[in-house]
Amino acid sequence: MIRIIIVMTAFGLVAAGCGEGDGNDNAAPYASRYEALPSTATLLTGATILTGTGERLDDADILLKDGRVFAIGPGLSTAGAEVIDAAGKWITPGVIDVHTHLGVYPSPGTASHSDGNESTAPVTAEVWAEHSVWPHDPGFVTALAGGVTAMQILPGSANLIGGRSVTVKNVPGRNVMDMKFPGAPYGLKMACGENPKRNYGGRGVAPSTRMGNVAGYRSAWIEAADYRDKMAATEKGQGEAPIRSLKLDTLVGVLNGKILVHNHCYRGDEMSVMLDIAKEFDYKIAAFHHAVEAYKIADLLAEADTCAAVWADWWGFKMEAYDGIRENAALVDRAGACAIIHSDDELGIQRLNQETAKVMGAAARAGVDIPPERAIRWITSNPAKSLGIEAMTGTLAIGMMADVVMWDGNPFSVYTKAERVYIDGALAYERGNDAVNPVTDFTLGTAAGAGGSR
Amino acid sequence: MNRLVTAFALLALALTATADTTAVIGGKVHTVGPQGTIDNATIIIVDGKFFAIGTGIDVPDGATTIDASGKIVTPGLFSPVGRLGLIEVSSSAGPDDSAQRGTQFTAGFDVADAYNRRSTLVVINRIEGVTRAAITPAPGRVDNLGNVGHVLSGLAAIVNLGDSDALDLRGAAMVVSLGENGSRYAGGSRTGAWLVLRNALDEALDYRDHEVDFERGMRRDYRHSVADLEALQEVISGNIPILADIERASDIEALIDLSDAYRLKAIINGGSEAWMLADRIAAANIAVILAPTHNLPFSFDALNARLGAATILIEAGVTVALSADVSNPSHNARNITQSAGNAVADGLDWDAALRAITLTPAEIYGVADTLGSIEAGKAADLVVWPADPLELTTYPEAVLINGEQISMVSRQTLLRDRYLQSDSSRPPAYRD
Repeated sequence: MIRIIIVMTAFGLVAAGCGEGDGNDNAAPYASRYEALPSTATLLTGATILTGTGERLDDADILLKDGRVFAIGPGLSTAGAEVIDAAGKWITPGVIDVHTHLGVYPSPGTASHSDGNESTAPVTAEVWAEHSVWPHDPGFVTALAGGVTAMQILPGSANLIGGRSVTVKNVPGRNVMDMKFPGAPYGLKMACGENPKRNYGGRGVAPSTRMGNVAGYRSAWIEAADYRDKMAATEKGQGEAPIRSLKLDTLVGVLNGKILVHNHCYRGDEMSVMLDIAKEFDYKIAAFHHAVEAYKIADLLAEADTCAAVWADWWGFKMEAYDGIRENAALVDRAGACAIIHSDDELGIQRLNQETAKVMGAAARAGVDIPPERAIRWITSNPAKSLGIEAMTGTLAIGMMADVVMWDGNPFSVYTKAERVYIDGALAYERGNDAVNPVTDFTLGTAAGAGGSR
Repeated sequence: MNRLVTAFALLALALTATADTTAVIGGKVHTVGPQGTIDNATIIIVDGKFFAIGTGIDVPDGATTIDASGKIVTPGLFSPVGRLGLIEVSSSAGPDDSAQRGTQFTAGFDVADAYNRRSTLVVINRIEGVTRAAITPAPGRVDNLGNVGHVLSGLAAIVNLGDSDALDLRGAAMVVSLGENGSRYAGGSRTGAWLVLRNALDEALDYRDHEVDFERGMRRDYRHSVADLEALQEVISGNIPILADIERASDIEALIDLSDAYRLKAIINGGSEAWMLADRIAAANIAVILAPTHNLPFSFDALNARLGAATILIEAGVTVALSADVSNPSHNARNITQSAGNAVADGLDWDAALRAITLTPAEIYGVADTLGSIEAGKAADLVVWPADPLELTTYPEAVLINGEQISMVSRQTLLRDRYLQSDSSRPPAYRD
C-alpha cells in the first residue's frame, strides 16, 4: 500500500506515433478533434483502488484535476475539489475494449448499417474503419454504463487484411473525428482462418484454404516492402516515385512500426505461423484477437511480446473455436504474456468486468490464483499497451488521463455496477442520473433514451 | 409431525435394502419449493428421486454421503431454450440437427429424435450445473443454396443431461417464429408469418373435425402434411404451448389476441418489448423467456429493449424464465447463472432469479410436477456450490442428475489440464 501522498507536479506526455498518412497535427484531414467534456477537480475518497499497474490500495483517495490523475493515496487534501464519498466503492482505470465493431456494425443491425467488412477483395488495407463509424450507435452509451472509456473499432474479419482500425474515447460526438483518441496510433486488422477462406473460397476466388490465406498475407507484404523501398529510393533522388497507394501506405506503416497489427486468429498453430510471417517481413503483431487457443502457445506469445485478446468463454460457434476454455486468459497471464479480455460484442462490452470474473473463478478452480489487482489489467492497462496508448491511459499513475470508473462494489461481482465514469476527469456517466448521461439521436423517445440502458 | 412422517418413511426405506440411497448433508439448501431455504439441511435421495429434505433427518445406513457443510445447494439448473445435444459446432462444421431446411415438414419436425446426450455441449454445460434443458428447433435459414426456413419450426423436447434415459418429454412446445424473424420465412412481411400460423391452426382444426373424411379422400387437401397436422393437435387442444420467437410490443398484442381466439397456451421467447405490456401478458397467462442483458435495439422490433425487464414482468405477475446470453445460448447455456445475477443487479429478488432458472422453466413446459425444485418425489437434480451460485467466480463442486453424481470432467477440463502442465519436454499430444 502506498502510504506517501504523491502529488503530481508536472507530467510529460508521451505522444505515441501515429500512422503513415496521418499526422498528429489537428489540421490534418481525419485527425482527432476530440475535446474533453468540461470538468472540475474531483476527489474520490476512501475507496478500494485497483491502479491497473498491479497494485491495490485500500481506503485510499484519488484526485482528478485538469483531466489528469493528480494524486492518489490515503488522506488527500480536499481543498478546491468536489468531494465524492467513495467508501465501500471500488475505483479502477476506465475499461478499454480492444475489439469492438460499435459504429461500424451499429444497432439496429439492419443491412443498411452493415459497414464493417469491405468484403470485395481479400486485401483492403486502403479502407479505414473510422470512415464507417456512426457515432449515434446506442451501443456507445450502453458501453459507457459498463465503464468503457476507450475502445478500438475494427473492420470485420472477412478479409485477410481488412483495413485500419481506429481508437476512440467513448464520448459520442457529431462525427468520428470528435471521438478519436488523441495521439493513438492506428491499428491494422488482419484475419486468419475460416472467415476469409469461407468468404472468398465460397465465391471461387482465392483464398479458399489456410495455405491460400498465408500466400495472401505474404504477397501483400512483398508488395509493401517493394513500395517502401521505391519510396525510400525516390527520397534519395533515385528512380521515379511510384503512384501513391492508400493500401500500401497503410502496410508500410506497419513495416515502419507506426501502425499496430491486430490479428483475428483462433488456433494456436495458425497464430504460430502468423508470428513467423511477422518475422519474415520484420513487423510486430501487437495482439491476436479471439485467440481461443492462446493457452496452447502462451510461451510463444510471451517471447514475441504479443498480447492475446480473448473472450472468457465463447467457444464452439465454429470449428476454430472448438478448443475454447474458460482459463485461457489466466494461462496466458501465468506464462508472463499479455492477457486481454475483449468483447467483439455490443452486449459483452458492457460487462468486461464480469467476463474477467468468470475467468478468475475458473482459474481458481484450476489452482491458478488471479487476485483483482492483477485481473483488472486484462481490461485496462493490457489493452492500452496493445493499442499503444499505455503512456496516456489504462492505469491510475500520476499524470495519466483521468479515465476512471467508480464501481458500487467489487467490479468482479455480478451485482456490481459502474456508478460514475470519468473520461479525462469529466463526469461522462452517472448511474441513474439522466441529467448527466448521453442519449444518442437514434434512441430519443425510446426506453434506452429514457434511461433504460442504465 | 413432519419429523414423525419422515421417521416412518425412513423406516420404510430401511426395509428396502436394495434401494440406491444418497444423502447430501449440511448444506444451506434453496429448495425453490414449499420448504423454502433450509440451513444445515439433510437431503435424502432414493432411486433417483428426492425422498426427504429437512433438518434432524438421520442418514440411512449404507447411503452414499455428500458433505455439503458450509456450501449452498440448489436444484439443478434448467436451460429454457437452445440446441444442447442437437449441434456440435454452429457454423460450417459438424452436425446441426436443430432445423428442417427442406420443405417436407414443419410442425411435425421433432428434435427429440436427434438429442445426443454424449455431445460435448451437454458435458461442458452440466458440470456447471445445467441438469435439464428444453431443446428447441431452429427455423432454418433462407439462403441461395436452396435452404428454406419455417414459421413453424417444430416440436421442442425436454431432456436431462445425465448418463441415461435422456429424454424426459417429447413434444413439449411448438416453436414458431413471428415478427421480423418470422417474416423472413414468410415472404418478407410479418403479415405472412401470422397467416402461415393461422392457416396451420385452421387446417389442424379442420383435420381434427374431418379426419375420417380426409382419410377417405372426401376432404380438400391441406397445405400441411398429416405429420404436421397431427403434431398441431396438441397445440389446438391447449395441451402444449406455442413457443413464439417474438420481440415487438405490437406483435405481442397480436399473439395475445391469437392465443385468445384459438385458446392456445403461449410462451414468448425474446420479448424485448414485453415489459411494456406486463399487465396484459400477466392477465393472458403467457410466460416469457428472456435474456436479461439484452438491452439494445438490435432491430426495429426491439427499439425499447432495456435492462430490468425481468423485474418489471415478474412484479406484474408474469411467469419469467431467464435464458443465457443471446449470442451463445446453447454452447454457453451454463451462463444462465450470469443472466440471473444480472437480473438481480437490475432489481430482481435473488430467490425469484434462482427460480427463473430452475422451477419456472419446468412450469412453463408443464414438467414441474417432477422437475425444477428440491421436493420429495421429484427427480433428484441438485448442485452443490461453494458460494453464491449467481456469482461469476462460483463453480459447482458436485452435480447430481436423477440422483447420480456426474463426473466433473469435460473436454474443456481435459484441455485445460493438459496445458496447465509445465512439462514441455514432450509435445502436448504425448501428455495426459
